[in-house]
Amino acid sequence: MSQVINVSRRGFLVGLAGAGALILGAQTVPKLLWAKKSSNGSTHADEAILHPNVFVGIDTDGTVYIVAHRSEMGTVIRTSLPLVVADELDADWKRVKIEQAVGDGRYGDQNTDGSHSVRSFLEVMREAGAAARLMLIRAAGQRWGAPDSECRTDLHTVVHTPTGRRLGYGELASAASKLPVPSREELPLKPPGSWRYIGKGMASYDLTDIVSGKALYGMDARVDGMVYASIEHPPVFGGTVKSYDDKEPLKVTGVRQIVPIDPFKPPAAFQPLGGVAVVADNTWAAFQGRKSLNVVWDNGPNESYDSDQYKKELQETARKPGKSVRNEGDVESAFGKGSKTFEADYYVPLLAHAAMEPLVALAEFKDGKVTTWAPTQNPQAVQDIVAKELGIPKDHVICHVTLLGGAFGRKSKPDYVAEAAVLSKKVGRPVKVVWTREDDIKFDYYNTVAAMYMKAALDPKGRPTAWLQRSVFPPITSIFDVNAVYGDPGHLQQGWTDVPYAIPNLRVENGPAKAHVRIGWLRSVANIYHGFAVQSFTDELAHRAGRDPVDYLLDLIGPARKLDFTRTEYPNYGASLETYPWETGRLRRVTEMVAEKAEWGKRKLGKGAGLGIAAHRSFLTYVATVVEVQVDDQGEVRIPRVDTVLDAGLIVNPEATRAQFEGAAVFGASIVRSGEITAKNGVIQQSNFNDYPVARINEAPYQTNVHIVESSAPPAGVGEPGVPPFVAAFTNAIFAATGKRIRELPLSRTKLGAS
Amino acid sequence: MVTLNINGKVQNVDAPADMPLLWALRDVVGLTGTKFGCGMALCGACTVHVDGSPIRSCVTPVSTVAGKKITTIEGIGATPVGQRVQEAWRALNVPQCGYCQSGQMMQAAGLLATNPKPSDKDIDTSMAGNICRCGTYQRIRAAIKAAAKGSA
Repeated sequence: MSQVINVSRRGFLVGLAGAGALILGAQTVPKLLWAKKSSNGSTHADEAILHPNVFVGIDTDGTVYIVAHRSEMGTVIRTSLPLVVADELDADWKRVKIEQAVGDGRYGDQNTDGSHSVRSFLEVMREAGAAARLMLIRAAGQRWGAPDSECRTDLHTVVHTPTGRRLGYGELASAASKLPVPSREELPLKPPGSWRYIGKGMASYDLTDIVSGKALYGMDARVDGMVYASIEHPPVFGGTVKSYDDKEPLKVTGVRQIVPIDPFKPPAAFQPLGGVAVVADNTWAAFQGRKSLNVVWDNGPNESYDSDQYKKELQETARKPGKSVRNEGDVESAFGKGSKTFEADYYVPLLAHAAMEPLVALAEFKDGKVTTWAPTQNPQAVQDIVAKELGIPKDHVICHVTLLGGAFGRKSKPDYVAEAAVLSKKVGRPVKVVWTREDDIKFDYYNTVAAMYMKAALDPKGRPTAWLQRSVFPPITSIFDVNAVYGDPGHLQQGWTDVPYAIPNLRVENGPAKAHVRIGWLRSVANIYHGFAVQSFTDELAHRAGRDPVDYLLDLIGPARKLDFTRTEYPNYGASLETYPWETGRLRRVTEMVAEKAEWGKRKLGKGAGLGIAAHRSFLTYVATVVEVQVDDQGEVRIPRVDTVLDAGLIVNPEATRAQFEGAAVFGASIVRSGEITAKNGVIQQSNFNDYPVARINEAPYQTNVHIVESSAPPAGVGEPGVPPFVAAFTNAIFAATGKRIRELPLSRTKLGAS
Repeated sequence: MVTLNINGKVQNVDAPADMPLLWALRDVVGLTGTKFGCGMALCGACTVHVDGSPIRSCVTPVSTVAGKKITTIEGIGATPVGQRVQEAWRALNVPQCGYCQSGQMMQAAGLLATNPKPSDKDIDTSMAGNICRCGTYQRIRAAIKAAAKGSA
């Protein structure tokens, strides 16, 4: 094993062991919940007098400290998980202080991605709060000489029910701390009817700080004596430095030092890309210094990468037989029976994350140890890569997690934090590495480019008797294994091997593609291109059959049932199929509901207007979306209204959930309208928001109505699942409005106006 | 050295004349509420007020704002419009990650200062220079309308 990388993404590692990377920690929850001191320094919760486990501490003044171990990038998870603890503790939220955990294995998985924070940690958080509550009840019982059964809690207070006597949590904390920590089995978890906060939600803990400019992001981290660095990276992936000017940049006021950074050793994984850093007294000077570095590069083999040419290769591969990853019935003979067939190709380009906060990290190397402050989704991966780059033990790396100014998956990959650590060691001071927007766009881990080929054999009524779908894309696994060319089950599952249609002959294939840039995870990942192809093709077939798209979609989904994966490798986002079966009935229900909410077929639409629908399950959540578009004579597209219905099982924070689906619609609008990264001679062509536009207020949906299905099913994801159905519903609506079918994204490549 | 009036406080700032106000505020003065997003006046994250009007501090050299009244997110609460904007942003839970929101709020406060009852079109025109990648636009629009109502 050449390296150990702690990555928990979506169970995509199934089958990867032995491919050069041993990857640990797939969606782990801490087995040892109970308090354990850490070498990474202690939290207020650790130091509080009553400290039953790593997530909770209660002081004698009644302050409750709750540790947020997941990263806050806008989903409000830093509030929602502590809120669960507070609920089971019956704590007064006004007396709760949230503290952000450093990267530390004692919390279990901290890689905040894959839309699984609530799914993986709801029960852990409940137990963490319930343990503290039980200890407080027992301490009160001892004080009163009363059995525990006569005691209950009421918002930060234990009450002796028969006499009405009350003791505050602060008054009881010391006595409770002397009691043994209860075992998991004896914890009295609240019945859902008694929940105070779960299902009702709470505003972000950071809201007031954000609106007053006090909230601290990675960009805002400061320590005494720090210097700033900006790095000229190899313009072609895998390129190396031949020479540079180390004199001219020093003439810029404030520039202190020019420092080369070694290139990575393949596979790239999370290593720094290499290049030349300008170290300066402030960010501006570091940026200015780069202009006269005049680096000469050896571009390496990816110099020949041309995204237009590559697109043709992908599309050709998609037209050839691939590797079968799901096979039911006999597609070949159904196609061969002389029945009517229909085929179509779809294409989605590389996409960049472009979070509003460009990549940034502060690191201080001192006495063989590193302390970092970083906007990271993955602080334990920061520990791993920094330790590896500097040759120090993992527990000599402390990673403080700041607020994240957006992330969308990019900040799971800590190459930029490793850069700061490497530079701090070389410079002998704390170094803050600041990426420009141009760096952020050009040196991303892109959501992969994908070509999809779809083919159906149709009965006389236009319903498929056979269905073949084939996708080709350079896989994410290529960052860990340079030879990886096929999709792994963890990404093929994303809206592809789980195509939920009741069609007797059905085959799903995947073809090979070699990566020429770093590929990574972006909000909903492979679901974006897979969902686009499946839901667009469905809509095409509906129109060809002369049928209503909603009826046709429901017809293909078929009767309510659980999908059978006994003959298909389907990781189910790391969840068991017993707890989280793939239920077509739930997909039907959100589809029917969204049609009703959107007044499908009932609204009078004017000229240039149209509605489109799509339904998709991702991250165990069922979503259906109807998009309304208005296209004018010049081809300008507006989105007056979106309706989306989601069934994500139990919802902890409904308001934050609605916000995620509102945001997903805007994210999807950006993908459809203008999301496209291209390359010539291996160099990424885009650089900033002028040539990588994202949706602005006038281009975003005007009104997104989010409808949440009330459910007591186990919790599923909410951060990502809104994106995939929006994308296809949007392009399906454009077809309804204009008769133009969008098979390639982005829309800016298609002329919609009068011509 | 430049003399700047920031949120009512006059101070000498050790920055070269061509340094953008953004970096002078953030790295030299230490006011980090104003954010870096693009460096090219494309995203609006760096919006501050100069003599009451919103400008993009990432492309504004400090030398050009010497002696003028600079207001940042840290100081906007001192004006009634700024207060209403902050209150509306809180009440409607506008922020997700929050990184762009100081720029959004400065732009919105600038809009409301000159147009107390903006229409949807006015809001589009004024706010289209401010990107929110989390996609909070719907709430931004609602919050601007709520803040405008507060002025009645």
